[in-house]
Amino acid sequence: MNMRRYFALFSARNREFLRDRTALTWNIVLPVLLVIGFAFALSTDETDLFKVGLINFESSTQHPFLETEHIQFIPVDEHDAITKVERHQLDMLFDISNSRYWINEQSTNGYILEKLLQGSASNLKKQAVTGEALRYIDWLIPGILGMNVMFSSLFGVGFVIVRYRKNGVLKRLKATPLTAFEFLAAQITSRLWLIVLVTSCVYLGTDLFVGFHMYGSYLNLLLVLVIGTISMISVGLLVAARMASEEAANGLLNLISWPMMLLSGVWFSLEGSHPFAVAFSKLLPLTHMIDAARAIMIDGANLIDISPQLITLIAISTVFLFISARTFRWE
Amino acid sequence: MLEITNLKKEFQDVKAVDGVSLNIAQGCCFGLLGPNGAGKTTTIEMLEGIIVPTSGKIRYKNKPLGQSFRNEVGIMFQHTALQEFITVREILKLFKQFYTQSKSVEELITSCALEEFLDRDTRNLSGGQRQRLLLAIALINDPQIIFLDEPTTGLDPQSRRNFWTLLKGIKAQQKSIILTTHYMEEAHELCDELAIMDHGKIIAQGTPHTLLAEHFNNSIITLPASDLPSNLSQIGGIEIQHIEDRVEILSDDINQTIRLLIEQQVSLNQLQVRSRTLEDLFIKLTGHELRT
Repeated sequence: MNMRRYFALFSARNREFLRDRTALTWNIVLPVLLVIGFAFALSTDETDLFKVGLINFESSTQHPFLETEHIQFIPVDEHDAITKVERHQLDMLFDISNSRYWINEQSTNGYILEKLLQGSASNLKKQAVTGEALRYIDWLIPGILGMNVMFSSLFGVGFVIVRYRKNGVLKRLKATPLTAFEFLAAQITSRLWLIVLVTSCVYLGTDLFVGFHMYGSYLNLLLVLVIGTISMISVGLLVAARMASEEAANGLLNLISWPMMLLSGVWFSLEGSHPFAVAFSKLLPLTHMIDAARAIMIDGANLIDISPQLITLIAISTVFLFISARTFRWE
Repeated sequence: MLEITNLKKEFQDVKAVDGVSLNIAQGCCFGLLGPNGAGKTTTIEMLEGIIVPTSGKIRYKNKPLGQSFRNEVGIMFQHTALQEFITVREILKLFKQFYTQSKSVEELITSCALEEFLDRDTRNLSGGQRQRLLLAIALINDPQIIFLDEPTTGLDPQSRRNFWTLLKGIKAQQKSIILTTHYMEEAHELCDELAIMDHGKIIAQGTPHTLLAEHFNNSIITLPASDLPSNLSQIGGIEIQHIEDRVEILSDDINQTIRLLIEQQVSLNQLQVRSRTLEDLFIKLTGHELRT
C-alpha cells in the first residue's frame, strides 16, 4: 500500500465529512437530542409494570404468585440476576424451587411485590440486596450511541461509495494509480476515526448534562466502540461493493438498519421476547456491540466477560471486509 | 506511440467496437469523430485502460498496457464528478499525491487559468471552470499522452475557444492528444489527424485536408431561391438543390458556374461561395438520420 496516496485520500475524506455541516450536525445533534429528551421525559424513573425474574423455573411450574396480574414474569439467567435486582432492572428475583426471593431494599416496586408474594405464599426466605437504581437513560445510552454508529457507518460509507460510483468519482480515481485497497482503507479509517471522535464527544457532552452510571473501564468501552464501528462499516461496504443505484442502495441500507434499530435492544430489552426475535437479534452486529457496551457500563464487565461479543464482531468484520474487498468494483 | 490492432468490444449482443486499428504518433492530436453510439467513448476508454477489450491489442511505447500506464497518461472523462466540499487547490493537491511524478500545482494553476476560483468548492464551478480544472487534473502527472472525451460539450462559445487555446498550448509541448468531439469546427481547429467512426468501425481516416480532398472536389454556391427563375432546375448540367428558402449548387468550377448564372440573368448580390467542411464530410459519411 502506498501510504502517500492513502493519506491524501484519508485527509480528503475527512475534510468532506467535517465540511458537510448538514451531515455533521445530524451526526452530533440527533443522539444528543435523543439522550437529553429521554432523560427529561423519563425523569420519574419508575415504570408501571412490575418485573419479576424467575430462576430454577420450568414452564410446568405452578405457583399462586405466578397467577398475579400486571406482573411480567421473566425467566432469567442466575449468574447476573442479582445484579439486575441491585440495578432495579428487576423488581424482584424469585427462586421457586428453593423458596427464596431477592428484593432491593430501596425499591418501592420491590416492597409492593414482597407484600403480594407474602400474600400468596409462606415460608419464603428473603434475600435483601442494595444498589442504586439504574435509570432507563443509563440503560439507553449505549443503545442510542450504537444506533448512531450504525447509521453513520452504513450510510457514511455504503451510501457515499455508491454515490461516488454513480456520479463518476470512482471512475476518475480508477484512472489514477490509486488501488482499490488504498481507496477502501482510506474510506474505512476516515469514517472509523470520525465516528469514534463524534461518539466520544457526544458521550462526554451528554454525560455532563445527564450523568451516566459507568461501572467498567473507559478503555474497554472504547475498544467495543472501535470494533463495533468496524463491523458496521463492513456491512456498509458489503452493500456498496457493486451497487450503482443510490435508490437501491438507500432501500437496502434501510432494510438492514431498521431491523437492527428495532431488534438489537436499542430501545428495549429483548428479554422475554419471542425466541425467534431473540435468535434473530444475535445475527445482528449492533446487538453484540450494544450488549458489550451495556455490560461494561452497567455491570462493570471486563474483556473476558464481553469476549463472546467481541469475537462475534471481529468475525463479522473479517468475513464482510474480505467479501467486500474481493467483490469491489470501481464501476 | 500508441498502436491499436483490431480492437473489439462486445456488450452482450451489441458490438460496440468492431475491429478498430490505429497508430497515433508522438505529438499528434488525433480526433475521433462519430455520431452518438458510434463507439467513440468505448474505444477511448479501452485505450485509457478503463474498459477491458473483448479482443485486440493496444501497445503503448511498444509494450502492452501495464500498471505503470496509469502513471503515464492523462485522462479527462466525458462525465466526471469530483469529491465535494473540497476546494480547487485541494483537489489538485489530492491528485498530485497519487502520482510518482507530477507537475507543480502552481504551474498548472497558471497554464489552465485557475487563479480566479482556486479556493472555491468544486460544487460551485461554472461549466468552463470545471472543464479547466478537469484538464489540469489530467495534466497533473505531466503525461506524454492525454485522452479527452468530448471536453467542450456543453460549453459556451467563449469557454470553448478558451479551452482550445489551452489545448494548443499542450500541443505545442509535443504531447500526444486523443480527442473525441461532436464539434467539427473543434476537430478542424485542433486535430492533425482524424478518424470518423460509425457502428463501431472506422469509416474514414486521414488529416482533415486529405479527407476533404478525397471526398469532395467541389465548392457550394448558395443563393436565395427567389433570385432564380422558377423553371431553372439545373445549370451547366449540375442539379440545383432547394433547401428551404435557398438553393445550393455543387460546383467544381466556380468561374464557369457564375458565368452561367450571369447568362441566366440571376442576381449575384446575395451569392455565397463556401468550401466543403468536415461537417459536410461527417454528414456524407454517417447520413442524416437522427442518432440517439
